[in-house]
Amino acid sequence: MKTYYSPTHEYARVEGNIALIGITDYAQKALGNVVYVDMPEQGDDVTAGEDFGAVESVKAASDLIAPVSGAVIEINEQLIDNPGLVNQDADANWIIKVEMTDPSELDQLMDKAAYDAHCEAEKH
Amino acid sequence: MNKKYYGKVVYDLSHPGRRGYSLPQNNLGDGLAQIPSDLLRTEAPRLPEIDEPSLVRHYNNLSTNNFGVDTGFYPLGSCTMKYNPKLNEELCSLPQWQGLHPLQPAETVQGALHAYHALGKALCEIGGMGAFTLNPYAGAHGELTGLMVIRAYHESRGDGKRTKVIVPDSAHGTNPASAAVAGLKVVEVKSLPDGTIDTEALRGLLDDSVAAVMMTNPNTVGIFESSIPEIAEMVHACGALLYYDGANLNPLLGIARPGDMGFDVMHINLHKTFSTPHGGGGPGSGPVGVRKGLEEFLPSPMVAEVEEGPFGATYKVVRPEKSLGRISAWLGNFAVELRALAYILSLGRDGLMLAGPLATLNANYVKESLRHLYKLPIDRVCKHEFVFDGLADKSTGVTTLHVAKRLLDHGFHAPTIYFPLLFHESLMIEPTETESIETLDDFIAAMEEIAREAASDPETVKNAPLETPVRRPDDTAAALEPKVSYFDL
Repeated sequence: MKTYYSPTHEYARVEGNIALIGITDYAQKALGNVVYVDMPEQGDDVTAGEDFGAVESVKAASDLIAPVSGAVIEINEQLIDNPGLVNQDADANWIIKVEMTDPSELDQLMDKAAYDAHCEAEKH
Repeated sequence: MNKKYYGKVVYDLSHPGRRGYSLPQNNLGDGLAQIPSDLLRTEAPRLPEIDEPSLVRHYNNLSTNNFGVDTGFYPLGSCTMKYNPKLNEELCSLPQWQGLHPLQPAETVQGALHAYHALGKALCEIGGMGAFTLNPYAGAHGELTGLMVIRAYHESRGDGKRTKVIVPDSAHGTNPASAAVAGLKVVEVKSLPDGTIDTEALRGLLDDSVAAVMMTNPNTVGIFESSIPEIAEMVHACGALLYYDGANLNPLLGIARPGDMGFDVMHINLHKTFSTPHGGGGPGSGPVGVRKGLEEFLPSPMVAEVEEGPFGATYKVVRPEKSLGRISAWLGNFAVELRALAYILSLGRDGLMLAGPLATLNANYVKESLRHLYKLPIDRVCKHEFVFDGLADKSTGVTTLHVAKRLLDHGFHAPTIYFPLLFHESLMIEPTETESIETLDDFIAAMEEIAREAASDPETVKNAPLETPVRRPDDTAAALEPKVSYFDL
């Protein structure tokens, strides 16, 4: 299992051709208390670089950008009633599970070290 | 800030059978029996039952909980919370206006139509536009109307493939929202580190699928987009129209005109730039201006000047040739329009031309006075507003939210926080031209005090506000489980 990161603060935790997609701990901290997670439906297709939903916090609403393309095979239904789980543990509380159509898209993403540097740079 | 807090709701005062006013005997006879039984309610409505003095005291006490421009400084960025001159309230309250009915024949409301027409003409002059509709009820409603005009224009030329609206990442959230409501797809263009639009990135996005580019100028970080002539040229070259979000028109009043910069369609927030009440005191008004050639698409009704008649110009209510139809009932929020007209006429050309420079001076004065304590991400002369990116010293963990809450203890309304989204700790300050130097100095002193306190006693700042009657409302619970009625409590 390996985790990849996008510049827009989504992660893709990958095993085989299945990716668990969520927002990073850095993102949940920046957003503040999450009050709503807008998710696609099971069976929907997502496209790398395009939005597949949104997270709303008391501070802001932010689009969720798919790090990889594929079909949504599961959504994290716990987030419907309890969106605050994203704040409690953003890594454990993934948002959608995707069956990837093009795993080579992962090459465009960052590893942990590169992502940490990216976050540091964003802080200026 | 008023520390004595009146916290009752009207139902707390209710006693069964208590009445504030005796209604006359109903003389409908058996009229009720004529109403179908499925339309009649079966339970009495749960109305509060209160005597009149208690009711009057209740609302008067509630009104003392308000904070507004009439009670204190309100430096809300991108909202232009300028003072609302009381003369305008007087003028729009005249019984000659108050007694009008929108269905009155045009020949009996010539004065009102004249006022509507005169305000439209003044806004055309100020905006450099060909025609204005005053009908939209607020800024976002104006954006939607403007985008509908743009759509109607493209469709009238048989150009149905233009489905995209380009919006900078610093834009007000209403821009993408209005585009989505208008059935258009939103494409974001990035800003450069100096806060202005990336013209090269914009160029790459322009093609024959773009209906419009929406811009705010000066933009939401208070910086004038000086490459606007070049932007207008490339937007027009691809066949799209350029939309001006008028939220930040204030610093340009009488100095520069969106029409001259190449904008085709614009809205104006009368409740910002033209001093009509704002926020909870609204209602708003979002007139939309269009350049010559687009007026035939404007919403209906419009007021047209008819030259003939023994007493000079008369006015009639018309429907523009290819009008997109009604976007509101009648002629908009008419009393707000009257206030804006009164403001324009009482300031006159010379007065209006002072508003922008003074607003700009005030903003730069506050910015330069505080930049040693707060992080200034864009170090340029700003227009009417500017953005700090939190405290300069972030090591104490005191955030923009804490600073904003602590300002309440000092008796100030908080600035706009966490917008624009370009920075993580945005604190956006717009003093407006109507504030005196003493008020600005008091505010600067409070901001300095908070910065010092953040270093010496960060816990106090993090627990602010300490002295307001209500301290920290649970905004998460309010969003997740809103209780919107007394009976939900």
